Order: sequence, then structure tokens, then C-alpha cells
Amino acid sequence: MLGKLSWAAIPLDQPIPLIASGMVGLVIIGVLAWVTLKGWFPYLWREWITSVDHKRIGIMYILLAMVMLLRGFSDAIMMRSQQALAFQSPGYLPPEHYNQIFTAHGTLMIFFVAMPFVIGLMNFVVPLQLGVRDVAFPTLNSVGFWLTATGALLVNISLVVGEFSRAGWLPYPPYSELIYSPGVGVDYYLWSIEISGAGTLLAAINLVTTVLKLHAPGMTYTRMPMFCWTTLATSLLIVAAFPILTATLAMLVLDRYLGFHFFTNEAGGNQMMFVNLIWAFGHPEVYILVLPAFGVFSEVVSTFSGKPLFGYRSMVAATMAICILSYTVWLHHFFTMGAGANVNAIFGIASMIIAVPTGVKIFNWLFTMYGGRVVYSTPLLWSLGFMVTFVIGGMTGVLLAVPPADFVLHESLFQVAHFHNVIIGGVLFGAFAGYTYWFPKAFGFRLHEGLGKASFWCWITGFYFAFMPLYVLGLMGMTRRMQHYDVAAWHPWLLIAAGGAALILLGIGLQIAQLAVSIRRREQLRDETGDPWNGRSLEWATPSPPPDFNFAVLPNIQAAEAYWGMKQHVLKQARLDAEPAYADIEMPRNSPTGFVCAFFATIMGFALIWHIWWMVGLAALGAYATFVVFAWRDVDEYIVPAEAVARIDRANRGARSEALARRQAAP
Amino acid sequence: MKTLDQPQQSRLGAPSRADSHRKPDEPPDKTGPLRCLRSVNARAARCAVFMAPIVLTACQPAVLDPQGPVGLAQKSILIDSLAIMLAIVIPTIAATFAVAWWFRASNMRARYLPDWVFSGRIELVTWSIPLLTIMLLGGVAWIGSHDLDPAKPLPSNTPPLEVQVVSLDWKWLFIYPGQRVASVNQLVVPTGLPVHFSLTSASVMNIFFVPQLGTMIYTMNGMRTQLNLQADAPGTFRGLSAHFSGDGFPDMHFDVLAVPAERFAAWIEATRNTGPTLDSGSYAELAMQSINTHPFTFRAADPELFQQIVTQKLPPGPGPRTGRPHPSVSPRTED
Amino acid sequence: MTTIEAAAGRDDPHHLGHDWESPYIQHTLGHAERGLASKRIITAFGFWIFLVSDIIMFSALFATYAVLVGNTAGGPSGRELFNLRNAGLETAFLLVSSFTCGIASIGARAHSGSWFYGAMAATFVFGAAFLSIEVREFASMVAQGAGPTRSAFLSAFFTLVGCHGLHITAGLLWLLTMMAQVFAKGYRPDILRRMLCFSLFWHALDIIWVAIFTVVYLMGLAQ
Ligand code: HEA
Ligand code: HEA
Ligand code: CUA
Ligand SMILES: [Cu+2]
Repeated sequence: MLGKLSWAAIPLDQPIPLIASGMVGLVIIGVLAWVTLKGWFPYLWREWITSVDHKRIGIMYILLAMVMLLRGFSDAIMMRSQQALAFQSPGYLPPEHYNQIFTAHGTLMIFFVAMPFVIGLMNFVVPLQLGVRDVAFPTLNSVGFWLTATGALLVNISLVVGEFSRAGWLPYPPYSELIYSPGVGVDYYLWSIEISGAGTLLAAINLVTTVLKLHAPGMTYTRMPMFCWTTLATSLLIVAAFPILTATLAMLVLDRYLGFHFFTNEAGGNQMMFVNLIWAFGHPEVYILVLPAFGVFSEVVSTFSGKPLFGYRSMVAATMAICILSYTVWLHHFFTMGAGANVNAIFGIASMIIAVPTGVKIFNWLFTMYGGRVVYSTPLLWSLGFMVTFVIGGMTGVLLAVPPADFVLHESLFQVAHFHNVIIGGVLFGAFAGYTYWFPKAFGFRLHEGLGKASFWCWITGFYFAFMPLYVLGLMGMTRRMQHYDVAAWHPWLLIAAGGAALILLGIGLQIAQLAVSIRRREQLRDETGDPWNGRSLEWATPSPPPDFNFAVLPNIQAAEAYWGMKQHVLKQARLDAEPAYADIEMPRNSPTGFVCAFFATIMGFALIWHIWWMVGLAALGAYATFVVFAWRDVDEYIVPAEAVARIDRANRGARSEALARRQAAP
Repeated sequence: MKTLDQPQQSRLGAPSRADSHRKPDEPPDKTGPLRCLRSVNARAARCAVFMAPIVLTACQPAVLDPQGPVGLAQKSILIDSLAIMLAIVIPTIAATFAVAWWFRASNMRARYLPDWVFSGRIELVTWSIPLLTIMLLGGVAWIGSHDLDPAKPLPSNTPPLEVQVVSLDWKWLFIYPGQRVASVNQLVVPTGLPVHFSLTSASVMNIFFVPQLGTMIYTMNGMRTQLNLQADAPGTFRGLSAHFSGDGFPDMHFDVLAVPAERFAAWIEATRNTGPTLDSGSYAELAMQSINTHPFTFRAADPELFQQIVTQKLPPGPGPRTGRPHPSVSPRTED
Repeated sequence: MTTIEAAAGRDDPHHLGHDWESPYIQHTLGHAERGLASKRIITAFGFWIFLVSDIIMFSALFATYAVLVGNTAGGPSGRELFNLRNAGLETAFLLVSSFTCGIASIGARAHSGSWFYGAMAATFVFGAAFLSIEVREFASMVAQGAGPTRSAFLSAFFTLVGCHGLHITAGLLWLLTMMAQVFAKGYRPDILRRMLCFSLFWHALDIIWVAIFTVVYLMGLAQ
């Protein structure tokens, strides 16, 4: 009746995860109780859960990423402290637990932190920058988000019911095959990634279509802000890479569930095929993460230098070059599998070539600041921290791309240091820069600057303390994924690394404090005009937060940096343009399709993991029924009457002309 | 790290040095006694006499302290590549600080060029400088990949010593087909002589790696990889598995004892006289999972064994005994 | 803020408050500058992107098949198992169903009930016939002891061909849903757009099948 599920699945004998998940459970119940008591549930349902507004969905993606970030970070702290303790001692985490933790950390951070964070930013910003009202397929967008959330939920359920995979964030067979990993851990991994992967694919299809087919009149490709270009590149990479992941993991599923022989040791299975396929996904994946971050830096550096982006066309070319090159290098993840010298050399050189367009980007940001008036706001600090840190991480990446050097550094902590160096210095700093930069747009008030800067400094020093020792350890021959060790020389470095993680923890604490303080002082930090940073692209032409329909009337774009041009025009004539003629606006109606779908997907994933076949069937039926019901509805938009549009727009015009008057009066 | 002074309990799977942290009342042996592999103690004691000085000089294992030609070449490639890149990376970082500082908004002496957004000459430079660097580095990579191809024999007048390596859950088996002996979790090689390794895995993927000798290489079931290494000076070097392979992975390290040729011959001689024999029967017991296996040797080894593992005539390791899926839930467990 | 006074209303084709059919916009904008595509183009374009991703997934399965085709582990090879007559029949059915599917789209666009329902029903019948041959082929292979667990080659074969078969099954389900929708709702624009996607999907499956027929059956038998 319940498949493999029984009471034994709950790890009553392991206090740490049980207490941790008990706490999480209590918090969730507490929040639910609070929401119910306050009577907020209808509000949440109406305005968020069923929302198909790209801004709301973007915010929910980022919220999901932040919550998972905390979970991923607690894993990181556990790993760091385990390795600090485990010198000639078993530490406090037994191997089976430690192995689950690094796997969960890698999986969560890549798929449920970095991915949702960048997708959330793209979702929120891109339609605004293109000057349109929503993405191409709003309901699909909501389905995509909720499927991602399903994946995250399944990973977290594994804390309490059963176990998580111990096979690393990319589960190499034959270790991940049923004989060597008989538990449900790998199944949790497989189904959560399959389900959230489908959601990610939907998001990417949506964004490609939006960027290519949906812009305000006059918004030609060469007038798009850089962030739209990186969004396009990332989404194309997702469309091309995620199906490979889906297929590869599906084969592993078939091996494990039905006794197929794709990657087994027996009957002609080929484990190296998995390695090739998974890296044909895995390498593009890292650029999927970093390209949107590059887009954020382009926006931030240009805004806070008071200059347009230097070498725009070069930047576009570099982005697209990275996009294409990223498919030609996957073998650099296994130089040491004994491919011939020519193969290794060719893939090594192909990997290095990516340093060229990346370098062009770095130099162009530099020249964007050159001749500018650089304002040291928090987003700009994150960007500077990025430029310095990422160059170091990129350099060690190129070092790993030299095959004979990789022969002694592969799978070592040197490699771990490399990728944290580019991921934290690149993706995470980019996410934080974007978060501070667009926060006022989303919520109507800025984040507290002082705390933001304090957090930045803790993060950056913490980062160097936490990860530079890993380079040294790698050179000392320490491999990754070590639950304990008995080499005395490693111990001091691991203690320093643990200290660094503690500094990062302080940085996170300050970030949380920043959010709390900013909410408390939101009246002082209020963004009245919708343009708090003297911005250059169209999102700053809307009020903060933007109304559902984004633009009262669609802007007509006449040049690059659309909003900057409009602003100069207004400043020159010293008054706003005449009020436009407002008209009714049609907007897509909310729909619970995404949420209901994800509900069934959760049940289906859980039932598949535990082999509860009848439940799988019921859930599949439910998901199908949801789609049919959705397809059956007759009215899928609502009208915002012209008067309402006018009221919202007039308020914003009022604030803007006041600001204009103030500016005129000043010097 | 000392290995050879362990007297009494060198039973396969028995606790050894790193086990000191296990509580005494726990059963010391998770895999159960493997009786046929028992009598290695005498040999170990004898070897200890030879090896004690070497063991004591064991220094920190490090990629930057290579003890053979392969490792030396890799170290210089590592440093050269780093130097080439630093030549452009350090100026980049310095320029970032300098530009960001000079053009700060409060600096009234800095020129403001709000319309300076393109310069063909600068574009040319930004593309060509990294490109030239990469061309240089690509040359290093190309030459290095060919010179240090793991399968390429090392230059030498004498034919290399053949060693076959099998990674098991969670220990290393080294077979000397020419000498017809074998050892577990301990590799003895002569100094100054190239060693040619053929490698495979009995179960999951692993990586054979001796940081101080250089190049690591994967071991995979059903496949054979090759590696050529050489130790120049006597010493004890730490060897390990660099690829995660399960719960016993952190203890899957071994010592490499590089000894002068006559000592190597003496070791072979001593080994031939003690210990169990390695054939498909004792191999099957060895293939069971065990953590922290103490080093021991086989008096005689079937020279065909490696080939049988590579061609999968011998079945792969059985994996964990507990937690196997229950027949009622998995269609895969009929076997 | 310079803006266009965009006409918006119930007939707005893409719900963006912007009627790009209006002569005003046609005149103001050069061809390349026309930002907004029509809803029909957007939907079809998005669906195309989805199909691209699906085809990439199939390419991964094709690549796997190519790698594993020789790994028969002592079991039967394609030469011993495949039956060109069956595969040819399957191909014929699928090609015909693609043709009838095309007729159904034309029928739908012409709002012609008889053409639409008739051609859709024919598509269903041919699709189902394809599927039943495939299922029987699979069943007989399993009965001969040549199931997917026999060897890596057979795993890859069953997965590649079976995945296509699953797509066909899903397509048939979609087809029935489509007919029910048209029956219940008539030829509404959104339903016509869905019909467009369906026919794109069905033709794509046809193309994938032709690749399977060539790579798996023809090349398998030619070995
Ligand atoms: C956001 C993520 C991200 C990014 C951007 C990169 C960027 C790069 N990575 Fe990294 N990488 C990872 C994430 C990332 N990587 C991860 C997660 C792994 C490990 C996965 C695992 O095993 O679990 C990994 C592993 C990895 C390996 C495998 C190591 C091994 O397994 O042995 C290699 C080898 O070639 C490599 C190379 C590179 C290169 C050449 C770049 C380049 O793109 C870097 C280019 C950037 C610069 C070089 C800096 C700026 C340039 C200049 C200032 C110009 C001048 C400089 C020069 C000419 C040198 N990476
Ligand atoms: C996006 C990717 C990502 C990120 C951000 C991180 C962040 C960190 N990782 Fe990472 N790590 C991986 C991806 C990532 N990791 C991957 C893929 C692996 C390989 C897994 C495998 O082996 O299979 C790995 C492995 C790995 C190991 C190796 C374990 C081993 O091999 O033995 C270690 C060791 O300490 C480690 C530590 C850390 C630490 C200390 C951080 C810290 O920097 C933690 C940073 C903290 C946060 C990112 C959260 C803080 C921020 C917030 C909570 C937001 C606050 C709220 C508001 C703003 C309101 N990681
Ligand atoms: Cu064989 Cu990798
Ligand atoms: Cu890579």
C-alpha cells in the first residue's frame, strides 16, 4: 500500500537532522498559524500563490532562493566544522551523514539557490526593461515557478522521511546505481531535479520568447539593455542544456527502477557515457548561472558610473561567444580519464578561449568606470568585489584547463576553491548586487546602505579566509569530500577556513538585519519617483512598485538607453511631456494552475520515490485534469479601466514633476 | 605516517592506525573475518626492519614537492602557467582599484566623460591581449598534454616495472604480474625505474593518485587505463583515491614506498614466502566492502586476474550488504 | 515621456494594450522596429522553442543509442530482432497521420466541422495503429527474452523508441482533448492557437520517427 515507506524511514536515531527538521517544521507551522490567525491566507492566495504577474513570480523565485540559501549555508557550516574537527577523529558527522550533506549542499546551491535567484531576477526585470506588460506566457511562468518549488520541497522532505543522495551533486554511476546506493536518497535527488528541471525549462522558453518576440515599439535588439541580452543567452543555454540533463537522469531512473543497463557495470552499460552527458549539461550550467550575473554588473556599473556601458556591441558579442563556446569544453571535467593527448589538449585550449570574451567583459566594465563618476553604493561594492574576486577564480579555472596541471589538481580542494571563487564571487555577488539594486523597484523603498556595506565587507573578507586556504590544501594533496583525515599539515588551514565561514555567517546576519531595519524604516527609505539611482533603462520609468500593467502606455523607444533619453528630454524642456491618453488595459487573469500542478507533482514525486504506484497514477490524473480545466476556461483576462490607469499614472507623474522642480530649484 | 609496524591484527578489515578513534567496545571488524587472508603478520614484521628509516622521513605530501620526473614537469607547468596569467591578472586587479578610486564621484580632479562609450583601438586591445595570452598558454597546454600524456612511456633504458592496480571498496590492490605477487593498500616501487600502471576498478569509479609522483588517473570497471610514473628518490609518499566512492572513501589511502632496486628485490623475495595467494576465490572475498584495510601482501598472484576483472569475467564488487532493496519493491533484485 | 497613444480594448490581440494592426503604428515604425508580434506568432514561436528542446532531448537519446548499439552483452542484436515490414508499416501510418493532421488544421481554420472532426479522427486512428504495432513489437521482443534489461543495447533501443511512443501516446490524449474542446467551445482564437501547436507537435514526432526509422531500423538491419 505504501511502497517502501514505513516508520523506519524516519531517522529517529539521528538527532541532528531530526531536531533541525523539527525546528523547520515548527517554523512552518508557526508561520501558517500566524497567517491563518491574521486572516492573510485569502490575500496570499489571491495576490501571490495564484498570481501570474511576472514581478510577483520573480519575487517568489528570489524568496525561494533565499530560504534555500539558508539551508545550503547551514550545510556549508556543518561541512566546515566537521573538517575542522575531523583531524584524526571521526568528527561529529558520520560518513553517511557527511556525504548526504555535501550532496545536498551542492544540489541546493546550484539548482535551488543560484538558479531560482537568477531566474527570479530575469523574470522581474526583463519585461520592465523591454517595456512590456508581462512575459509571453504568464500562466506557464507560474507553473514553472511552482515546479521549481516542488523540487526544493522534495529535497527538504528527504531530511525527515528517508535520506538524501550521497553521490555528489552530479551522481556518477555506478556509485549511484541501485547496487551501490540502495536507499531512496538518489531517487529523491533524481525526482526533485527532474521536476524542477521541467519548471526551469518552462521559464527559459518563456524568457526566450519574451526577449525575441515581445518588446515595446522601437526596442530593437541593439537597443536592449545588456541584462536582456544575457537573459537571452542564459535562456538559450537552458533550452539546449536542460533536456540533456532530463534525458541523462531519466536513464539513471530507468537503471534504478526497471533494471535497464545504461550505466551499470553489467550487461554492457557504459558509465563514461553518463559522465560525458552530464557534463554536456553541467558545463553550460555554470555559464547559465554566471551570465545573468554579468548582466547585473553591466547595469550596476553603468548606472553608478553615470555613463552608458562601454563597448556595448563587444559585450553582446562576448556574451554570445561564451554561450556558444560553453558547449565545446565539457571534457575538461575529466581530463584524467585517459583520453588521448590530442583530445585533452583541444578541450583544454577550447576552455581557455572562454577567458578571452570573459576578459573583454571585465575590461569593458573597467572602461565603463573610466571617465565616470563612480558612486560607492552597495550594488557597486558588490560589483567591485566581483571584478577582483572573479578574476582570481577565472585564473585558477584557466589553470585547471591546462591538462597537465589538472592531472594533479582534479577533484582536489583546489578545484573546490576555484568554483566557489567564481560562483560566490560571480553568481552570488551578482545576485546580491541585483537584489539591492532592484529592491526599491520591487517594494518601493531602498535597503539600508550602512548595513549593506557592512555585510559586503564581512562577506568579502570571510570569502577570502574561507576559500584561499582551500587552494593551499589542494596543492597539499587534499581531495574533496573527505569526512575525516589524518594529515596534520592540513589541520591549521581547515581551521582558518572554518573561521572564514564564520565571518560569512556574520555577513549573512547583517544582511538579514539590513532587511529587517529597512522594513522598519521604510518611510525614510521610500522611493517616491520610481527612479532612485538615476537609472538608464526602462524599469526606472515606472513607479516603484510598478502597477500590475507596468506601463500606463507603452513607451516608444527611439534610442539605446531608452529611459535616459526620455529623462534628458524632460530635463531639457524642464517639464514632463503632456499627459497621454489613457485607455483600458487587458491583463492576464490569475490562475491556480501552477500551484495545483505543483501540488500533484509533489505527490507524484514523493510516490515515485517510495514506489507507491497507485498514488503516482492518481497524481498524474490530477495533473492532467488541472490542465484540462485550465484549457476550458473562457475568460482569461481582466480589464484595468482607463480611469484606474490614469489615477496610478498621475500619482507617479506628480511625484516626478515634484522631483523635477526640486532639481530645477537646487543649483 | 607509519604503516609497517603493526603487529598483531592484520586481518583484512581490521582496524589500524586511523581506527584509533573508534570506540573500543565497537566490533572492530565490520566485514567479518576473512580467514584465508590471515597470515601476513610475520612478513610485515620483517619488512618493518627494512623500511623503518624511510617511513620516518615521510614528509608532507604535496604537489609542490614532487619526487619524480612527472611531478617535476607538472610543477613547472603549474608555475609557468600561473606566471603567464598573473602578468595580465595582476595589472587587471590593480587597474580595477585604481580606476574605481580615481573616478570616485567626489574626486573633482577626475575628468567626467559621460559620452565616452566606444573606442575602436581600445576594443582591439581588450580582445587581443587575452587572446595573445591564451595563445601562449595554449601552446603550454598543447606541449604539456603531449609530453605528459599518462599513457606515454617514460624515457629509460630499462623496460618499466609493470604494476596492475585494482580499486576495490575501499582499498587498493596492486598486482606485480612479472613478480607474481600482490599487495593491498601498499605500493612498493624501485627508485629510478619507470613504473607502468594498468588500472581498473572492481566496483565504482575511483582515482589513483600519488600527489608527489604526479598525474592521477581514473579507474573504471570494465575499462583499463594506463599511467607511467617514476620515483627518483627513496621515500614514503602518500597515495590516495581522489574520487569519492562511498562511505569508506576517506580511508582509502595507501603508502607508496620507493626503495632502491636491491631493497625492492629483497622485498619481492620476502613477499613470495609469506601470505595468502591471490586467485578468484580470495579476490571475491577481497571485493567485499571493508573500511580501513590494513596493508598486507599475497605470496602468489594469478597473472590473469587483472584481465579477468577488466573483461568482467569476474563479477563486479557486490556493494553494501545491508540496505539492499527488498524484492517486493524493486523489480531489479531477482539477481 | 514620449509615448504612443496606443489603442487598447477587447480586441487587443496580445493583451498588451497595443494594437499593432493599427495603421498608425504600421506607419510610425520601420519593419525591424515593430516590437510586438501577434499572439499567434508568439504562441507558435514559444512552442517551437519547446520543440527544439524536445529534439535536443531526443538527440541525447540518439547519441546514447549510437554509443550502446554494439553493447549487446552476448544478447541479440538489432539485425536479429528488427522487422522491416513492421517498421515500414509504422512509418506509413505515421506519415499518413501527419497528412490528416494537416487537413485537420486546415479544416479548423476554415471552421469546417466535418473536415476537422473527420481528419482528427483519422489522425487518431493512424496514430493508434502505429502505437499498437509498436506495443506488439515490444511485447514480442520481451517474450523472446530480449527485453530492455537484457543488454545495454536493448535498454537504449527501448528507451529511444519507447520515448517516441510515449510522445505519441501523449499526442493522442491531446488530440482527443482538442476535439472535445472544439466541440465544446467552437473555433475560438485561443483554441485555434492550441490546434496550431498540436499540429506542430505531431509533425515534429513524425520527423523524429523518420530519424528513428533510419538510424535504428535501416542502419540496424544493414549492419
Ligand atoms: C559560475 C560558475 C563557473 C564559472 C564562471 C567557471 C569558469 C571557468 N571554469 Fe570552472 N567550474 C565550476 C564553475 C565555474 N567555472 C564548477 C562548479 C566546477 C566543478 C564542478 C564539480 O566538479 O563539482 C568547475 C570546474 C572546472 C574545471 C574542472 C576541474 C576538474 O575537475 O579537474 C575546469 C577545467 O578546465 C574549469 C575551468 C574553468 C574556466 C577555464 C573558466 C573560465 O570561464 C574563466 C574565465 C575567466 C577569467 C579567466 C577571468 C577574467 C579574464 C581576464 C581578466 C582576462 C585575462 C586572463 C587570462 C588570459 C587568463 N572549471
Ligand atoms: C551556488 C553554489 C554554491 C555556493 C553559493 C556555495 C557556498 C558555500 N560552500 Fe559550497 N559547494 C557547491 C556550490 C556552492 N557552494 C557545490 C556544487 C559543491 C560540490 C558538492 C559536491 O561535492 O558534490 C560545494 C561543495 C562545498 C564544500 C566541499 C565539501 C567537500 O568536498 O568536502 C565545502 C566545504 O566547506 C563548501 C563550503 C561552502 C561555503 C562555506 C559556502 C559559503 O560561501 C556559504 C555561503 C552562504 C550563503 C550562500 C547563504 C547566505 C545568504 C543568505 C542566506 C541570504 C540572506 C538573506 C537576505 C539577503 C535577506 N561547499
Ligand atoms: Cu572509462 Cu571514464
Ligand atoms: Cu566546466
